[in-house]
Amino acid sequence: MLKEKDKIFNNLYGDKSYSLTDAKNRGDWDQTSDLIKKGSDWIIEEMKKSELRGRGGAGFPTGLKWSFMPKDPNSNNYLVVNADESEPGTCKDRDMIRNEPHKLIEGCLLSSFAMNAHNCYIYIRGEYFNEAVVLQKAIDEAYDAGLVGKNACGSGWDFDIYLHRGAGAYICGEETALLESLEGKKGQPRLKPPFPANKGLYGSPTTVNNVETIAVVPAILRRGGDWFSSFGRTKNTGTKVFCISGHVNKPCNVEEEMSIPLKELIEKHAGGVVGGWNNLKAIIPGGSSVPLIPKSTCDTVLMDFDSLIDVKSGLGTAAVIVMDKSTDLVKAIANLSHFYKHESCGQCTPCREGAGWMWRMMEKIARGEASSHDIDKLLDVTKQIEGHTICALGDAAAWPIQGLFRHFRDEIEDQLIKKVRAA
Amino acid sequence: MVKIKINNSEYEVRDDLTILQACEHAEKEVPRFCYHDRLSIAGNCRMCLVDVEGSPKPVASCAMPVSEGMSIHTNTPSVKKAREGVMEFLLINHPLDCPVCDQGGECDLQDQTIAYGPANSRFDENKRAVNEKHMGPLIKTYMTRCIHCTRCIRFADEVAGVNELGAINRGEDTEITTYLEKTIDSELSANIIDLCPVGALTSKPYQFEARPWELKKTETIDVMDAVGSNIRVDTYGWKVKRVLPVLNEDINEEWISDKTRYACDGLLNQRIDTPLIKQNGKLIESDWNTALFELKRLLKETNSDEIAFLIGDFVDLETAYLSKKLSDSLNIKSIECRQEGCKIPFNHRSQYLFNSKISGIDETDCILIIGSNIREEASIINSRIRKRTLSQNIPVALIGEEIDLTYKYEHLGNDVNILTDLLNEKNNFFKKLSAANKPMIIIGQSLLNRNDSMQIYSLLETFTDKFSIIQDDWNGFNVLQLTASRAGTLDVGCFQKNRSLEDIYKDARNGKYKLVLSIGADEINYKEFKNCQIAYVGTHGDRGANAASIIMPSAAYTEKDAIYINTEGRLQFANKANFPPGDGKEDWKIINQVSELLELGWSFIDLLDVRTSLFNDFPHLSEDFNEQVNIFTKLLENKSKDEIEIDSKDIRTIKEKKYDTQHGNIKNFEENSSQKVFNSKWQNLNDRQREYLRKYNYPETWLEFTENFGFKVVNDIKKKNNIILPYEEQYAQSLGKTWDDLTYNQKKWAYTKRNKNNLIGLADDANFTPEGIVVINDNQEAYYAKPKEIYFENKNLSLSISDFYINDSISRHSSTMAECSRARIQIRNPLKEKAS
Amino acid sequence: MSENLNNFSFSDKNKLIAVDILKKYPVERKNSAVMPLLDIAQRQNDGWLSRDTIEYVAEYLDMPIIKVMEVVTFYTMYHTKPVGKNLVQVCATTPCWLRGSDNIVKACKEMISPEQNTVSNDGLFSWMQVECLGACVNAPVVQINDDYYEDLTYDTTKNILQSLIDNKPLQVGSQSGRKGSRAD
Ligand SMILES: Cc1cc2nc3c(=O)[nH]c(=O)nc-3n(C[C@H](O)[C@H](O)[C@H](O)COP(=O)(O)O)c2cc1C
Ligand code: SF4
Ligand code: FES
Repeated sequence: MLKEKDKIFNNLYGDKSYSLTDAKNRGDWDQTSDLIKKGSDWIIEEMKKSELRGRGGAGFPTGLKWSFMPKDPNSNNYLVVNADESEPGTCKDRDMIRNEPHKLIEGCLLSSFAMNAHNCYIYIRGEYFNEAVVLQKAIDEAYDAGLVGKNACGSGWDFDIYLHRGAGAYICGEETALLESLEGKKGQPRLKPPFPANKGLYGSPTTVNNVETIAVVPAILRRGGDWFSSFGRTKNTGTKVFCISGHVNKPCNVEEEMSIPLKELIEKHAGGVVGGWNNLKAIIPGGSSVPLIPKSTCDTVLMDFDSLIDVKSGLGTAAVIVMDKSTDLVKAIANLSHFYKHESCGQCTPCREGAGWMWRMMEKIARGEASSHDIDKLLDVTKQIEGHTICALGDAAAWPIQGLFRHFRDEIEDQLIKKVRAA
Repeated sequence: MVKIKINNSEYEVRDDLTILQACEHAEKEVPRFCYHDRLSIAGNCRMCLVDVEGSPKPVASCAMPVSEGMSIHTNTPSVKKAREGVMEFLLINHPLDCPVCDQGGECDLQDQTIAYGPANSRFDENKRAVNEKHMGPLIKTYMTRCIHCTRCIRFADEVAGVNELGAINRGEDTEITTYLEKTIDSELSANIIDLCPVGALTSKPYQFEARPWELKKTETIDVMDAVGSNIRVDTYGWKVKRVLPVLNEDINEEWISDKTRYACDGLLNQRIDTPLIKQNGKLIESDWNTALFELKRLLKETNSDEIAFLIGDFVDLETAYLSKKLSDSLNIKSIECRQEGCKIPFNHRSQYLFNSKISGIDETDCILIIGSNIREEASIINSRIRKRTLSQNIPVALIGEEIDLTYKYEHLGNDVNILTDLLNEKNNFFKKLSAANKPMIIIGQSLLNRNDSMQIYSLLETFTDKFSIIQDDWNGFNVLQLTASRAGTLDVGCFQKNRSLEDIYKDARNGKYKLVLSIGADEINYKEFKNCQIAYVGTHGDRGANAASIIMPSAAYTEKDAIYINTEGRLQFANKANFPPGDGKEDWKIINQVSELLELGWSFIDLLDVRTSLFNDFPHLSEDFNEQVNIFTKLLENKSKDEIEIDSKDIRTIKEKKYDTQHGNIKNFEENSSQKVFNSKWQNLNDRQREYLRKYNYPETWLEFTENFGFKVVNDIKKKNNIILPYEEQYAQSLGKTWDDLTYNQKKWAYTKRNKNNLIGLADDANFTPEGIVVINDNQEAYYAKPKEIYFENKNLSLSISDFYINDSISRHSSTMAECSRARIQIRNPLKEKAS
Repeated sequence: MSENLNNFSFSDKNKLIAVDILKKYPVERKNSAVMPLLDIAQRQNDGWLSRDTIEYVAEYLDMPIIKVMEVVTFYTMYHTKPVGKNLVQVCATTPCWLRGSDNIVKACKEMISPEQNTVSNDGLFSWMQVECLGACVNAPVVQINDDYYEDLTYDTTKNILQSLIDNKPLQVGSQSGRKGSRAD
């Protein structure tokens, strides 16, 4: 279990206030200008050493991502922080924003400096109104204290940070859709290439990072990349905030070491599965977009990128959604299908047309009006969407269904047959 | 250049291409819906997915640039599966209403379903229905059919420059609409009908009018402005059903203005379809003989300085040329085409042309528009400027009324004195003009029609010097003509050097004129011509016809083969798509016949004859033409007689099939001439361009040249037709020759003259060709009658229409619709007719 | 629904806010401000965007109206029809559903109206089902106007709605008394 002193977010639950004074007491903004003075190459090197992988879902190595940004001082680079957190099951960024905003703001300054960006936008989902108020207050505090703005922290680096609120669209979490939205358009993902690092916000080089990715930067730079990479397994390092929801006795957010066994995570922090571990049916380990895993897998799997990929799922946002034996899994996944249908941006054909079709077929199966043949058709449709869309939302809509039938097809077919017989 | 592999074959392609474009070069088909090469890339339909080695997922080829060493596959099972998947998704919510959809037959979705689609539907749910949207009087919507390719939105935003279309809602509820269903306020709006790959946006006036496969398609030239957009005229029977754009990179790319597209409606209204003569103040239906003889009498009896010729805005080059020739022969000085009163004594073509050419807009780096509402006056040129400003953000300024040009420009004011300010460096825009490498000024007609236009014109000349608007390899002095005929009528001299229309009016007020011959001149104030006889040749019951006492119906722009010269000075050939209504006649023939009646010593056999003479008189108009003839001559010089054999039956087939393979240099001729005339390779020419080269350069010149060089013509007309034509023999004898000795043109002439007595008869309209006689069947399709199908009832020389009776299915040949319909009544019962 | 064209303009306070909002974005990129401006316009206009508010914002930013319309209809937080004074948004996505969001929906149906998106007779409420609100470890969740109410049950939901009717003060956040997202 992660020791209290190794936790980065020691005010995750808001026991203390978010204010600058309290934040400074917790160690934020401590000699930030010294870190800046070490230079951007040092920062990026340290980030690479830490082996931090993006916390927004895709898990791309952060140091590497930053190194793509043009170093030319005339280049008008941007850092955009992705606080759109809308992946079902995920609510970690919310806690960081409302309870630890200064970690995020300091992280923004340091990462922007490393990436030669003088401007940073934080795109927060519109529903997080109170969180946005808190974050804005914290930004104002930082400006007033000279921590950001002209000559931020006395480092000689000019840095402006702005908060932008979304208005209800999951797709705006996709980085290029987010940029479109920030430019005042519909949040429809862009075609890649060009990638944001070449042409992002307003056509300028841009890096988009998740809140958690940025908020852990000051800690990594202060305590060292090696310190961070000492947690977890190689390539799956650091500490991570997990969101444990669904059928557990004590749903919660908790910061833990990466690669902690899933079972340990749930039993130690979330009070265990309702009705005991044996009452477990399946878990979605990384937010709604990743395929679920059955109990047998949950018994042993480690919570990190690579071991979850090995079991054909993913760490995603590390949002653990626990479903016990009382759960109608088809309904649970149909519910997610509705979510994807509702959130599809409507731009590209497979997702626009396919998401609705999949949801309707899932509902049919949930109502027991389908046959095994329909399941084949549904799986075929998921294959027609997967990999054929502009952004990963299409995949995200297809995978939960594939996961469901990968592990529970026999059981579902049995139920369908029973229903037919009963009728 | 980069090396890539497509389906395992190696290609070298430009490095700025996308995979889809590279595949096009390699002639590997990649299906697509949203991609359009003139619009930004949306990449949303996902139909163009291909496999690229090394990429885990198939990639959208329309959006992915090629890179060195890329290996692309367009025909793997996974690509096939991806396409089928996309097709299935597009179809699940697409209605099954092809039988009542106007797009049927030219629908991308239909075509691609057949090529790539799943055989049957697995979609058991209800289909989505979308409310129709109102988009104005031109565009009919049926949004349930929409496949959300967003081409229409991109067109409106990018090309038309009106941000009025959008996709509202999201996901499967996405709908294309205008705000509050407003009409799209753009002069280019109807292009989205062509862009829409399905039947979501169709043409309202054309709705339920015809099926594409029933339409006869003729590529020709638009005359609604001086741009000369290339168009395709689709006819059903004798009616023009619709007008569509034809690709021409140098002129209209692939757009046309709404005016161009929908002007064809006017072809059906208020048409003059029979000669009319005023008697006792009333116009009485008459016939051609009477009308022409009356005109002849008037021309003969009136003093030449009491006659004025006025030339209108839609007059083709040949007619203008003949009108000028007629006025010269009759020693008439008052001939004027500048109906809006321009008085500048043009000495050289470049004084009234758009010298940089329209494509010069793509090169210029600064534009000054003076006195033109260019968006109205030449929408296509305006959209080209818009394109330029979007891609390069070049400075554009306007002197004149402030209007929305769809792009950003500096409004310098509405005062010609600003020109002087610019000259004296008092206006800041002068800096941008001076800094430009290829500056361009666009001069609107409003500037040239002012009273002080002479001063302005000379001012413009200093202006041009000061800002280096004309350089060795750049001429940015651009006059924007407004009408299709103007550049051509000026070219052949249908204007008075030191006088203008005002002077004609002045003289008229003084009672100078007794006779006005108006060739389609409808912008004239005829009230000025009191106590004048006005003879009017034209198509519509417009101003000219209202003032006239003799009216002769002519052919509108879709109804004749003709040449038009656009504002750039570019010669373009219009092709006949249908027939003038009633007794309408092609304009040049009317003038030609007047000349014949007046026995002026010149008249022409056919249009080609006119053109040959025209190009002789104005060789500068036909540099290309002559050059080709030279090349052709050279080619033949190197050939021995035996090497060339001509089968007149089908020159085209022979040429393509035989000479292409046997004589590489004949092919070179095609290549050479196409490069000369169109600046393009033969294989890149469109059908119309090829047709042009063949029709206007090949057969005729070919025959003439072979004859000049003494080659043998294998099949001549007589042999082929198996007809005994006594008159032809007589004609030959009159020339002191036998029929076989006559040249091709002489033979044609013989046919023509045969009907000389029957002036308006068919012979002068007949299209005699080496293949036989052109006949028109009931479907109004022209084809060559086989020899056996033609026989003459009456060997007498005064043939009439019924002489061209043809058995079974064929009706007869005629140039006028009225004759056609009359003849058809007879044909329906030919036996009975003959019996009685 | 009576709408007078161009009847809307920002209140004095909102005019100042709008100026501040515009300062966040590069001058030539003021379209970026469309979302925040729509938000303040909606707040000023009783929680929904009427035709004139949309047109006003479009004109304010010199944007084509249809492009503003695209934005308005794309994002779920803009409402083009009137909403209740208290807009109750019930999350029903899987994590909330697993923990009983059906009960919350039931409470809304009983207390507000059987159909969602219908303004109750007194104009006090309308409710709607929404997708994940991003507070899943505190499921089930509803958002009422700007505030989240978490760890709900059928009864606590009814209590909250009743308190709103009675105009009684409310405890925002977890209704089970725990602090934030801590396991308790
Ligand atoms: C449909 C979709 C939704 C996403 N939503 C979010 C989100 O809410 N928050 C987030 O940080 N990343 C989200 N992402 C991932 C981002 O695209 C991007 O990978 C991430 O912000 C990069 O930051 P990181 O490198 O720090 O992880 C989403 C991706 C997709 C395809
Ligand atoms: S209306 Fe036609 S052009 Fe426009 S998006 Fe739909 S399918 Fe495409
Ligand atoms: S699922 Fe309801 S808040 Fe996350």
